[in-house]
Amino acid sequence: MKSKKKSWPARLAAVAFWLALWQWAAVAVGQEVFLVSPIRAAGTLLQLLPTGDFWARVAFSSGRILLGFGLGALCSVALAVGARLSRTVELLLDPVMQLVKATPVASFVILALVWVRGKDLSILISFLMAVPVLYSAVRTGIQSTDVQLLEMARVFRLPAGRRLRAIWLPAVLPAFREGCRTALGLCWKSGVAAEVIGLPDGSIGDALYRAKITLSTGDLFAWTFVIICLSALFERAFLALLGLAVRRVCGEGEP
Amino acid sequence: MTLQVEHLTKRFGEHLLFEDLTFSAAAPAVLWAPSGWGKTTLLRILLGLDKPDSGSVAGVGRAAAVFQEDRLCPQLSAVDNVLLVLPDGKACRSAVEEDFALLGMTGEALTLPAARLSGGQKRRAALLRAVWAKADTRLLDEPFTGLDPVSMEKAAALLNRRCAGGPVLLATHDRAAIEALGWPVLRLDELKGGTGRPLP
Repeated sequence: MKSKKKSWPARLAAVAFWLALWQWAAVAVGQEVFLVSPIRAAGTLLQLLPTGDFWARVAFSSGRILLGFGLGALCSVALAVGARLSRTVELLLDPVMQLVKATPVASFVILALVWVRGKDLSILISFLMAVPVLYSAVRTGIQSTDVQLLEMARVFRLPAGRRLRAIWLPAVLPAFREGCRTALGLCWKSGVAAEVIGLPDGSIGDALYRAKITLSTGDLFAWTFVIICLSALFERAFLALLGLAVRRVCGEGEP
Repeated sequence: MTLQVEHLTKRFGEHLLFEDLTFSAAAPAVLWAPSGWGKTTLLRILLGLDKPDSGSVAGVGRAAAVFQEDRLCPQLSAVDNVLLVLPDGKACRSAVEEDFALLGMTGEALTLPAARLSGGQKRRAALLRAVWAKADTRLLDEPFTGLDPVSMEKAAALLNRRCAGGPVLLATHDRAAIEALGWPVLRLDELKGGTGRPLP
């Protein structure tokens, strides 16, 4: 049976196909304002890379979006534990989470602009995007915890720390990891969207907006590519760290 | 410590599992009954995991158990599952490994995660966890399930050496296990006073 895992040459060929199609379409359209070619977009990106402004924007947006995600992760774990301990907390939180999940990002952004400075908008929006996803993931992990092991822990009077390491974390971490994968992507998308609306100086969203009003399609594509790369990079780095934690806890460690 | 069970009654809906069950145990004993007569339910009540409809249990203190299922942390090795329940686990590692060797488990079987062990190996780990745990009372539900006759003899000998001092209630319907242990037998069907009925 053939492996379903795609080989690198096949992946590269697929990417090359779409790039070639994009190049062909750009040439066919013949108007850079409407569709810039991949070569032109790559050239713009290469021009951006050595500038201090580029890295300052990357740091500005990444820091705030990741701060929002981190705060969301902490908050969602705390809320999920609270919901596990108290049925009242669970009942109170359920409609709130449903509401946050269903509300359009744009509505949050416009409302949030009234509450916070544009500079901090992406922190709040990333936080709001991360919380329902991670809350749900942690709840799923908690609910999947082996009840028989919990009974065993009760009978043998295992201390809380050992229960956490041996029973709770192995059940929760894999679900939390999957939740982080989804939440990180959402945080980047919505965080940058918030910046485009809030226009904080020195952000990636601000650069995107400037590209739009000056009809610099090359800049628009270059920054979009940067956002995709940053999102993928942070997702991989974070998931790798979390994967290490999962292996450490779920592996054959000391009790 | 003496385990005291007085006038214990348990029903599942309309079905009477046992009624007015009274006995005490200050030393190891076998709780014998055919399958379906409520041995596991009785042990769960003694462990505080289930409630009786009436009657009382006293003198259990700190309990250790072999459950009907192995209930091992699947990511931990057999040895680590035993050490998990010990306050000073790391100090006992080599002694625990010696006990595993006595039961025929050595080498790779001691380092593999419990999820990858065979049924008999898991049962040995569950048994040693109950033997090693600091406990006033040990309640063992069919602890020899999945063990071959030679391993069962060794496990019975280990129980006799290590658990002779306090109350141990070992539930089984296996007559070979009862012979290997040589403990007094409490017959659940007699303790029930003839009021119990096997589950359909």
